[in-house]
This record gives sequence, C-alpha cells and structure tokens, in this order.
Amino acid sequence: MIGLSSYLTLGAILFSISIAGIFLNRKNVVVLLMCIELMLLSANINFVAFSHYLNDISGQVFVFFILTVAAAEAAIGLAILVTLFRNRRTIDVEQLDAMKG
Amino acid sequence: MIFTDLVFYFFAGMLVLAGLGVISSRNPVHSALFLVLSFFSCSALWLLLQAEFLAIVLVLVYVGAVMVLFLFVVMMLDINLTQMRQGFVRYLPIGALIALVMVAQMVWVVGPAGPDVFSGEQLAQAVQLPADHSNTRELGKVLYTDYVFPFEVASVILLVAIVAAIALTMRRREMTKYQTPGKQVQVRKADRLRIMKMDAEGGE
Amino acid sequence: MESIYLAIPLASLFGSIIAGFLGGIIGRKGAHTVTIVGVGTSFVLSLYVLYQHVFAGVEAYNGTVYTWMVSEGIRFEVGFLVDNLTVMMMAVVTGVSLAVHVYTIGYMADDEHNWPKDSLAGKNSYQRFFSYISLFTFSMLMLVMSNNFMQLFFGWEAVGLVSYLLIGFWSVRPTAIYANLKAFLVNRVGDFGFILGIAAVVLYTGSLDYVEVFGKAEAVAQQTMSIFPGSEWSVMTVICILLFIGAMGKSAQVPLHVWLPDSMEGPTPISALIHAATMVTAGIFMVARMSPLYEFSETALSVVLIIGAITAFAMGLIGIVQNDIKRVVAYSTLSQLGYMTVALGVSAYSAAVFHLMTHAFFKALLFLAAGSVIIAMHHEQDMRKMGGLKKYMPITYWTSLVGSLALIGFPGMSGFFSKDAIIEAVHHSTIAGHQFAYIMVLSGVFVTAFYSFRMFFLVFHTEERMDEHTRSHLHETPWVVTGPLIALAIPSFLIGGFTIGPMLFGDFFNGAIVVHEGHDGLARVGEHFHGAWSFIEHGFAGPALYLAALGVFAAWYIYIKEPSIAEATRKRFSVIYNILDRKYGFDEFNEWAFGGGSRGLGKRLWQIGDVVLIDGLVVNGSAKLVGWFSSVVRHLQTGLLYHYAFAMIIGVLMLLTLFVII
Repeated sequence: MIGLSSYLTLGAILFSISIAGIFLNRKNVVVLLMCIELMLLSANINFVAFSHYLNDISGQVFVFFILTVAAAEAAIGLAILVTLFRNRRTIDVEQLDAMKG
Repeated sequence: MIFTDLVFYFFAGMLVLAGLGVISSRNPVHSALFLVLSFFSCSALWLLLQAEFLAIVLVLVYVGAVMVLFLFVVMMLDINLTQMRQGFVRYLPIGALIALVMVAQMVWVVGPAGPDVFSGEQLAQAVQLPADHSNTRELGKVLYTDYVFPFEVASVILLVAIVAAIALTMRRREMTKYQTPGKQVQVRKADRLRIMKMDAEGGE
Repeated sequence: MESIYLAIPLASLFGSIIAGFLGGIIGRKGAHTVTIVGVGTSFVLSLYVLYQHVFAGVEAYNGTVYTWMVSEGIRFEVGFLVDNLTVMMMAVVTGVSLAVHVYTIGYMADDEHNWPKDSLAGKNSYQRFFSYISLFTFSMLMLVMSNNFMQLFFGWEAVGLVSYLLIGFWSVRPTAIYANLKAFLVNRVGDFGFILGIAAVVLYTGSLDYVEVFGKAEAVAQQTMSIFPGSEWSVMTVICILLFIGAMGKSAQVPLHVWLPDSMEGPTPISALIHAATMVTAGIFMVARMSPLYEFSETALSVVLIIGAITAFAMGLIGIVQNDIKRVVAYSTLSQLGYMTVALGVSAYSAAVFHLMTHAFFKALLFLAAGSVIIAMHHEQDMRKMGGLKKYMPITYWTSLVGSLALIGFPGMSGFFSKDAIIEAVHHSTIAGHQFAYIMVLSGVFVTAFYSFRMFFLVFHTEERMDEHTRSHLHETPWVVTGPLIALAIPSFLIGGFTIGPMLFGDFFNGAIVVHEGHDGLARVGEHFHGAWSFIEHGFAGPALYLAALGVFAAWYIYIKEPSIAEATRKRFSVIYNILDRKYGFDEFNEWAFGGGSRGLGKRLWQIGDVVLIDGLVVNGSAKLVGWFSSVVRHLQTGLLYHYAFAMIIGVLMLLTLFVII
C-alpha cells in the first residue's frame, strides 16, 4: 500500500543522500550546489505528499514559493561560483581555506 | 492500485538512483545530468500525487532554466578531471554512517512502523478528485487571494537575485562605446557650440 | 530675644568669614578688628543674656530656628536651648575667646618669621589665624546653645575641625602636622562612640530633641538590649557609656588623652582657648547636659568616675617630669579635666561645671602667661633655659602667681572653691568606686601643687640659665599681651567665692541639671554649707589644703633650697622616671599597634589582595584564560567549507536524535 508514509520515507532517503553528498565531495563546489537542490527537492516531495493526503492546497502553494526561492538561490550561488573561479582559477574545495583561523 | 504502486516504486527507485549518481559521478557534467533525471522522476511522482501544475513547473523552471544554468557554468569552468574523486573513498564510511543514521531516525518516525499519525487509516486513502478537477485553477484561486503578499515578495526575491547575479559577475569592457542618455540631456549649448567671428571670405 | 540668641553665634561667624575670605584685602588691622568686633559683640550679648536669665528671671528658652528635614518622624533641626547652664558656658566661651583675640594681636605680630619665604600658607597667616579662632567661637557657641543631638554633633565636629586647623597652623612643621592628624584621629575614635550613642538615643526614643529624649528617659531606662547574644545590657547604660566615649575623645580622658600634649604644637593662644578653656570642656558640658540620662545608670556613672580618677592622678604625675613649659600646663589641663570627670561621676554635675568655669579662667591665664614668657624668651620653651624672670616681667609674674595659686586651690581663690567642692562631693558620695576616686583626687592635690610650683620656681625664680643674647632682650611683653592676663586674673581670684553659693547649692542649675535622690553627694555637702567664708574655714579642717601646702613646700625645697635633690632623685628612681617620661607608653603602644597594624594590614592587602588576587588572578588571569581558550577554539576554523557543513550536519543529527528520543 502506498500511503503518506511511503512518500515521507522517500523524502527522508533523498535528504540523507544529499547530506552524504555535501560531506563526501571535496573536490567540486558545483556538486555541492547540486546537493543543495536535491535537499530542496526532498522537502518539496514532503510538502506535495502532505498536500495530497490532507486535501489542503496550501502545501502546493508553499512548493511554488520554494521553487521560486530555490531558483533565485541557484542563480546567485552560481554567480558566486563564477566569481570564485575567476579569482582562484579552481573549484577545488580543499584549496579554498583562506579563512583559516 | 497495484499499477499505481508499481509506477510509484519505479519512479521512486529511479529518483534514488539518480540521487546517488549525482553524488558519486566523477564528471560534474554527469552529475548535472543525473540531477536532471532526478527532477524528471520527481515530476512523475508529483503527477501521481495529482499536483499537475507543479509537476510541469518543475520540469519547465527547474530543469529548463536552473539546470541549464548549471550546465552552462559547469561547462564554462575549466575543470581538471583527474584530480576529482580523491578522498571520496576515504570518507565514505563516515558519510555513509551519518546518512544511514539520519535515514533510520527519520524513517522510524515517519515510516510505516512509526506512530499512527502518518500511516493511519484516514490518511491512507486520499480524497479522489473528479477527472475535470483543475489543479491549476485551484492553485490560482488561492495564490492571488490568500497568498498574494508572499507572491509579491517572491517576485521581489527574484528581482534581488537578478540584480545580485549581475552585480557579482558583470565585467565591464573598457573599450566599448556606449551612450549615457542622462548626460546627453544635460548638455548645454556652450559645450557643443562655439561661435567665432571670422572675416567673410572675400569673393570677388 | 530670639534674635539676640541668633546674633550671638552669627556675630562671630560673620567676623570669621570676613577675615577668612577677605583677609588679603583688608590686611592685618582689618582682620583683627573685624573679628574682635564680632567676638566682642557675642561677648556683650552673652553677658546681657546672662543678666536676663540669672538676675532678671527670664525663663529658659527652647526654640527651633530652622528645620533642616524630617525623616520618618525624626526631626533634624537647628535650635537653641538657653538656660542657666547654657548662659554660663556662653559667657565663659565668649569671654575667654575675646581675651585670646586681643592677646593674639601681640603673639602673632611677627608671625611671618615662622614661614619660609614665598610659602603659600604663610601669606596672610595672621588674618587666617583670626578667622580660625572666630570660627571656633562660633562652633563652640552652636554646641553649647544646641537643643538637639544633631546640632550638638555639628558643633562637636566643627570644633574638632577648627582644632585640627589650628594645631597644624604652622603647616610647614612636620611635628605640627603629626600632631594635628593625631588629634583628629583620636577625636574620631571618640566620635565613633558618640555617634553610636546618638544612634542608640534615636533608636530608643525616636527623637533627637533634648526635651523629648529627657522626657522618655525613664521609660528607656527600664529597657535592656542584647549586644552579644545571651547577655542583656541596660539600654541607658549603653547609651551613656557610648556618649561618654565621645566625651573621652573630646575631653582627653585616658586612653584617648594622647592628642592633648601633642596639640601644644599649635600657637599658645589656641592652647589657651581650645585646649584649656573651651573645646576640651565640651565633653564635660555634654555629660552635664545629659544628666537626666546619666542619673538612670549607675554603671555608667561609675565608669565615668574611675576613668576620671585615673586621668586626674596619672596625668598629674607626668607633669612633674616635663621640661617644656607648655607641656606642664597641658598635663595639668588633663589632670583637671580628670577632676571634672570625677565630679560628673559622683553626680555632682554642678560642681563639675563650676570647676569647668573657674578652670577656664585660670588655665587660660596660665597658658597665656606661658605664652608671654615664650614671647619674651624669643620662642624658647624649655624651662631648663629659663629662670629668674621675676625681675624682668613683673606683670606676667604676678598674674602667673594668681593662676598657680588658683590651680592648687589656695583658700579664697576660685580654684579652691571648685576643687574642694569636688573633693567633698566625692567624699560624701556612695557610688561604686568612690573610695578609689577619693584617694586619687586627694593625691592629685599634692601632685598638682608640686608640678605647678616646680614650673613657677623654675621659670621665675632660681638662677638665670638663659644665654646672654636672650637675657639682654628680656622685657615685659606689650599691653595687648599683658592686658588679657590681668583681665583673666581677676575672675581667677574672685569668681569662685561669689558664685559657689548659688551655683552649687542654690537653684542656679534647676531644670538644666537633674540629680536623683540617692546619688546626691553634693546635697550632703550643701547641708554643711553656710556661705563662702565658712567654706574657706571648713577647708582648713580638711586634708586637701595641707596636701597642697606640702606640695608647694616640696617644690620649694627641691628646686630652690637643694637643687641637687632633683637630679639625685631622678637617678635613684630612674625606672619610675622612665615610665613617666614615656607617658606610660601610650604613644608607643598606639604607634606600634594602630599605626604599625594599619601599615601591616595595608601591606598584606596590597601584596596578597591586590597583586596576587586582583592583578594576577582576575585581571591577568582572565586575559590569559581568554587567550588559552581562543588558542584551542581557533582550530575549529579550518577555512574549509565541508568541515563547516559537516559541523552543521552533526548538529542537525543531534537535534534530530534529541527530538526522536525524547
């Protein structure tokens, strides 16, 4: 039986995959941003599932806004990335430690 | 029922596999493409959940715009592929452990074995909507009345994003010529015109 | 009438302010003129008030001049209580003050020689002195005229302050500074007890006004308080003893007497005014004024008696071995203050105040005479360098003789009446300790006679021991100096006989002084009293006269007939001589215990408290702690993005666990 809990489980799995992704990749800042998108996606799945099973449209409205914000954030994140690359000529995360205390 | 379950499992599996592919690809372009795949499967899942508008929007906006942007950037950056993937294996145990712990905890709460809130009888069956129920209309009815203020705010956020992205990345080219209408309008006659007295050319 | 009462202190204050602030402008003549006018006005008005109250039968006046504040029902006011006790004190204070003012014109005439060149304090020092002594007159008047404890305390502190200023008048001398600090600090110890006493009064009676407090005295006397858990003390005893501690400080009773001899560092006029006639008698006056309270506590009266008796005798003994002329008179003052305190202790308050009055005159006279001698000897004060001054300074000689005779109690002189009255009162008293006191005061008569005439003979008789230069300049001092001497000699002679009847055995102090039935030794003396002449005859029957005569004879014998005896006695009894010379070790003890103790405490607090604890542990320690902590924490900042992300993830995980488990 596919119920609400299945969708929520799916969201949980996706979320932890993206957490692992953030932690595991040391070489590529772009993949980091992509993992963030995955995280947002898992949250969206939760919202839509709840909206469907509770028969409340506001879940979908919220997803609408999350989508908007995610798009904006992706744009800015990539702009930062581009600037970083222009200045450092690398996107290797391990070499970006100028803020070391 | 069975059919929808199978569809669900198919797309859910594809989603998970695509996610795993995102984080474990050697080539960042591959990662981006896996992400596109995950978005598509998610869109299918949302269709199952009868959120048609969002499913389409996901494909149009997210895949069509955001992922394309990602691909632009990835392909623009000159990445040295051989240095990737170092350290991935070394930290894999810890990362996997953390992820598994997190999954376990969350599933324990929201999953089938969890408290009845999420898998209770009344939630198992969703309301069946008629065939001509327009998800878009429902969304629109709410969006421009109850949620009009967040709507406006969202547009401002997008504006801010545009301005920020441009401010961060625009490089002016020194040599290009361009007009500044403001300055053009402020011009005075004395800046452009100089009247000189000259003797008339003698013409015989 | 009220405006006259107000004018009396204010006239002196006015003179003081003008001389003080405008001294540089109005010059020396202006300063002494304005202050003498001020004090003279106070004196004349005091005499008028005295006449009104004593002879014209005006009622005692008790009124408020100004209400400063009212706090929880306690009124803090400036007010006057003018009864016979007050007018007597006022007349004495203003009279002696006026005499001293005139005397100072001569004494401080060449004061600029005492200061180094271009010393700031030395500029206009003459005017400053006059301002101070007028200020003192004002303070003392406020003290005696007060009708409540707060104003009493104000006057108390003010006279202490002026005493400090005047003892250290020659502030360029280290001995003077040492002396004025000592005076102020010892006085402060007394004031501490005094303030506690006033606080106890307010606590148990809820008022600072004399009349209200005296009205509630009987009720308070029934109460007890427990200071240390388990022991109950009578409230009245505690109050009276605390107030007496204040009197001990101000009137220099043992052990708070140590400041008086050092106060001789100040110029002689103020030794006469403050440390003989008026300020030191403030304590005596205060106890007499508080007689309604003291009568309820026999314990306190015994304490007063014993301390007074010890002071009377012990201080006299020290006077025998002093070589400085002013010091002899200072110890004599201490001893006589002891006599007054003894009189208070046997509830003979009127006798104490009577002795206070006569003593003011003859002691001021003795001091001023000593000052006259000092001027003539070009500020030489050591008696071993004087001698034979009789033929050079006749007026000083005769007035000194009158003063000394008054001091030892020669029949007919004022001192005789007051001293004998005290001795008789002690004899007839029943309070605990009176036998000890009787022995002490009687022995004191011999000692007093001995040291007074020792001084007299050494200075005016015996061979001349000064150097030739000084001797050639010896002459009688100017009339501004000898005038006051004569002015003071007259009451030293006469006033005793005329006033003993009404004051001691009449109703002069009715209403001002209260004595309970059982304590009234003086009344028993009064039963035998038939007038001044019969009192003189009665004196021939008692031991005091003969002791005094013995003392004079001993002094004559040792210092005039066989001078070698003095030296031989000193060598033979060197131990006793040493003890007396070191003033029973009080000064050394204070120096070691309180001076050394405070310095030691300060040093400990500095070394341990300040350096180790505050500087080391708190100030530097906290800085070091912060430094160490940040050196550890800084390693968290790796600059690597995934470390930060990892930290965030761990945080999320922990929160998750928290919410799942709990």
